[in-house]
Amino acid sequence: MLAYDFMRMAFAASACVALLAGPVGWFLALRGQSFAGHALSHIAFAGAAGAALLGVSPLAGLLGAAVLAGGAMGLTGRETGERDVAIGLVLSLAMGFGVLFLHLMTRSTSTAMALLFGNVLGVSAGMLASLAGAAVGGLAALGALSRPLLFASLQPELAEARGVRLRLVSTLFLMLVGAATAECAQITGVLLVFTLMVGPGAAAQRLGLAPLAGMVCAAVLALGEAWGGLALSWWTDWPVSFWIAVLSVVVFFLAGLRRL
Amino acid sequence: MECEAAVSCHDVTLAIGGRTVLSDVCLSVEAGSFVGLFGPNGAGKTTFLRALLGLVPVLSGEMTLFGASVTRGNRGVGYMPQSRTPNGGMLTGRDLLASGLSGEKWGLPRVSREGSAEVEAALEAVDAASLGGRRLGSLSGGERQRLLIAQTLLGSPRLLLLDEPLASLDPVRMREVALLLREVARKRGMTVICSAHDISPLMGVMDTVLCLVRGRARIGPVDEVVTGPVLSELYGAQVEVCHAPSGRVLVSADGL
Ligand SMILES: Nc1ncnc2c1ncn2[C@@H]1O[C@H](COP(=O)(O)OP(=O)(O)O)[C@@H](O)[C@H]1O
Ligand SMILES: [Mg+2]
Repeated sequence: MLAYDFMRMAFAASACVALLAGPVGWFLALRGQSFAGHALSHIAFAGAAGAALLGVSPLAGLLGAAVLAGGAMGLTGRETGERDVAIGLVLSLAMGFGVLFLHLMTRSTSTAMALLFGNVLGVSAGMLASLAGAAVGGLAALGALSRPLLFASLQPELAEARGVRLRLVSTLFLMLVGAATAECAQITGVLLVFTLMVGPGAAAQRLGLAPLAGMVCAAVLALGEAWGGLALSWWTDWPVSFWIAVLSVVVFFLAGLRRL
Repeated sequence: MECEAAVSCHDVTLAIGGRTVLSDVCLSVEAGSFVGLFGPNGAGKTTFLRALLGLVPVLSGEMTLFGASVTRGNRGVGYMPQSRTPNGGMLTGRDLLASGLSGEKWGLPRVSREGSAEVEAALEAVDAASLGGRRLGSLSGGERQRLLIAQTLLGSPRLLLLDEPLASLDPVRMREVALLLREVARKRGMTVICSAHDISPLMGVMDTVLCLVRGRARIGPVDEVVTGPVLSELYGAQVEVCHAPSGRVLVSADGL
């Protein structure tokens, strides 16, 4: 299957995505913010649809909308009770706008399908370069952020007393989640971002590894699921996103079994 | 012999969100003493402790720790916050403690060899070496408290600020934790300020009582403040102090 250019592209692209999505997802699961990650993917959808309508690259729309929305989410308060409702409303609104933008476009169905369910087999060289760039940048940012982020996630008040700027750290993290979401949407589509981002991260959490090992494990799981999905899709001719979703759930349950 | 004051406040006023919580606080805490911090809910215990950490601005007056003005991120101060997050239930006690080792610096959460040795020493100091490998989600309230006390010892602080470390423990566990605190503080020559709701578990552990009531602070030795009349006046309700034949002192209020 690696004889084909589009398959090699697909493997390379999903590697870029998985290596960032895994560790970011580990933190999402740790912080109990997976709903925020879900919401960002819907906002990214609106951004991508809007970009497509304007004739701009959808990937730029995905990235821009998700990163900005992540920043905005981090800057507004952190009363979780109200926040869940606010996030839910914003994500519905974003989905609504996405639908409107697609409606206003003439050739909407294929774009919509690609955005909603991913189009990893249609990755171009330019797109791969931007995915790789985003992955490298995102990993560098996460590398710098992970220490204070871990401290702030486990013991926010103590971290604050030690000089961690909680608002800054959580805002930067959500922007990073936005970037990872936009990347993921390219592979799995916005509707299934959860599978590649939260799935491996939550499974790695369940294994009870120390933080650094857990992040690496999440990256490896995400990579395995993405590549496994591609291979299974090649053999069965069923969609990649379907297989990634199945693998993600299976791995999550297996990780639970390992618990003593 | 003159002792340097661990904490000293001159006419300190603290406010949160434009509301004055404490005003004109004048007090001095002798180095090496164990202070019990009491007051009704909302009296400002947490606010006072957070002000000592530099997290609540001092509106007026002067607040110093060991002669130096209060700064955020002071490594000489250990802190145990009142609220706890449920995050990280799958991580171990060691992971929790290690996350605080220079956790304010940017970078990867790598733990150096000295870092793990420090975590180990802190765990041993509170007899919690066996808890270090357990998952946080599987710990009982008392075990978790023990772990958080170990956490405050990282960096060998001179002053411990403990916000309700006895909350939600059963009476036996409360006493256990209180005695543990006394032992650790004595061994390391630390000054402790420990807030609590119940006075009884800290009897014999603390030597000084700091009461916050209606925006005012009152400090004094235990035998002067923990008496029926003084406490009744402070809380504005009938409070009884009973000396049991065993030597224990029990504090009880009307309406119980
Ligand atoms: N973030 C906040 N914003 C506004 N008011 C607050 C905040 N935190 C505490 N307060 C108020 O400050 C007062 C003191 O609170 P606190 O120090 O938590 O009391 P205690 O710890 O003694 O129960 C209370 O009246 C409380 O309502
Ligand atoms: Mg309090």
